[in-house]
Amino acid sequence: MVDASPVLKLEAVSKTYNPGTPAEVEVLHQIDLNLQHGEFVALMGPSGSGKSTLLNIIGLLDRPSVGRLFINGQNTADLNDGKLTKLRGHSIGFVFQSHFLISAFTALENVMMPMLVDQRFPNAAMRERAHALLAEMDLDMWEDNLANNMSGGQQQRVAIARGLAMNPALILADEPTGNLDTKSTDTVFEMMRRVNVKDKTTFLIVTHNLDLAQRCDRIIEVVDGRIVKEN
Amino acid sequence: MNSWTPFEWTAAIRFLKEGRMQTAFIIIGIAIGVAVIVFMSALLTSLQSNFISRVLTSQPHIQIIPQDEVARPLRLALPGFVVLQVEQRPAQRLRSIDQWQSINRQLLQRNDITDVSATISTSALAIRGDTTQSISLTGIDADSYFRIVKIQDYLTLGTVVLDSESIIIGTELAKNLGVTVGDKFNVTGANTTARVLTVSGIFDLGNKGANGRTTFVALRTAQTLANLAGGVTSINVNVQDAYGAETIAQSIEASTGNKVESWIKTNADFFVAVNTQETSFGIIEGFVGLSVAFGIASVMVVSVIQRSKEIGILRAMGTSQKQILTVFLLQGGVLGFFGSLAGSALGGAAFVIFHTVVRQADGKEIFPFVLHPSLFVIAILLAITTGVAAAAMPALRAAKLDPVVAMRG
Repeated sequence: MVDASPVLKLEAVSKTYNPGTPAEVEVLHQIDLNLQHGEFVALMGPSGSGKSTLLNIIGLLDRPSVGRLFINGQNTADLNDGKLTKLRGHSIGFVFQSHFLISAFTALENVMMPMLVDQRFPNAAMRERAHALLAEMDLDMWEDNLANNMSGGQQQRVAIARGLAMNPALILADEPTGNLDTKSTDTVFEMMRRVNVKDKTTFLIVTHNLDLAQRCDRIIEVVDGRIVKEN
Repeated sequence: MNSWTPFEWTAAIRFLKEGRMQTAFIIIGIAIGVAVIVFMSALLTSLQSNFISRVLTSQPHIQIIPQDEVARPLRLALPGFVVLQVEQRPAQRLRSIDQWQSINRQLLQRNDITDVSATISTSALAIRGDTTQSISLTGIDADSYFRIVKIQDYLTLGTVVLDSESIIIGTELAKNLGVTVGDKFNVTGANTTARVLTVSGIFDLGNKGANGRTTFVALRTAQTLANLAGGVTSINVNVQDAYGAETIAQSIEASTGNKVESWIKTNADFFVAVNTQETSFGIIEGFVGLSVAFGIASVMVVSVIQRSKEIGILRAMGTSQKQILTVFLLQGGVLGFFGSLAGSALGGAAFVIFHTVVRQADGKEIFPFVLHPSLFVIAILLAITTGVAAAAMPALRAAKLDPVVAMRG
């Protein structure tokens, strides 16, 4: 049964830094946004437009100053930091431009990490899931390699597999192909798309690459903290 | 990754393993600090046990002696009159403790007392040929007295068996008189009573003066020489708890009316020395511990800075602040544990070598070898606690890192 509520819903979300001081700056203004299950959306905008702040708020890493944020229909304003952390761990996967793999762990262990953090003790099911995700990213031969010993494209695919480990409803990808060459960019993008189609996982991808954005279902453009265009 | 190891432990150990060089250096640092503490503690314990054993095996815990004789003015001042008087302290005669057999029996019935032995102490002259030497003569009941003062531990020649015709003397007196075990010499008491005694044993108390002066004879022999038939001048007592001797001494004084002195009172200077030694060792150990703690803290601070991005991503993927805190506290504890393990081995080995190599001129040990396993357990527990405490600030800092700021670096 498909959940009727959107994966993500933002209602009049604003974000102001240093409120009430001379350094006060409003980074986001009255953002309304809905992401449905299985959507593959690009988020574009020039540097300093508020994309990263928006992504941090959607990823529950930051709180809005004004407005409401719903994840799978749950109002996050009522949740304390501990519950937000839990919800983030279960519902949201992250893929960053710089991979951010934990260098002391192998590729397989990095993919297991969100499950390990959640359940504390490793088990066979976790290993199996991580192995399957790495196989899906064509990295099953590399699973025992330390992250540092892999290429940028491989590391990013490990990061995607890690983002998918908890089977989240939403993947937030912040310029996931920003540091990759054209070939790796295509590979990583195709893999994200494949997961999106297969598992109906919602993707919100921040990108400066118009070509990639045009291959998404929808493009949201942010300028000066406002959504100026959706198509 | 073991299925029985929780995430926090796995992460802590992996982080330490990854920074191998850093981890190795701080473990060496902790090991040196712990080794110094273990070595110094073992040395202090050995020296103290040596001091205490020397003091307690050469004197009783408690000694009961008669009250000093005092002059009592015959004429007291009447109301309205002032009496001018000069009080002269009388010379202290050799006197017996009144009812000493009864006191002896009472003391032996107490549970906190282990041994009781009545003795008589007087001075005498040892004469052999042209040599005359003043000696301190102690008349004893060998069976009970040698349980309190362990002369047998200091015996270099002969036995500690005493009959009415034998005497045990120190090495210095033996040398001065030119006697050895089996030889005879004259002993003349204060009242000119003389006896010919045979040397049955020679001891070495480690003190030239004491070895030249101290002698032991049978109680009856001393009573004859001191002209104190049936009397004793002191009752020597050993108690269960040597450190509780003063309290027991006070209760004996209250019940017998005699003068009672504990070894704690008569060796006040010894305790000052022990306390001073303990304090100075404690200060040194404290500073060493502090430097170890700062070493761990500095390494942990660097580790937190180095891993801020990883902490950020861990937080982003749902790791709680408590889990991050635990990961870094565990690292401090693990560093403390392995450092103290190596340090205990190092300190223990250094102490063994020191005890073996550093000897007296005659090859005897300077102090007894005392190295309790509990010292290592305490050192390890303290080092783990120090490690965790030292890691507390950096760990809190890591736990409180804003994931967004952390990932930005």
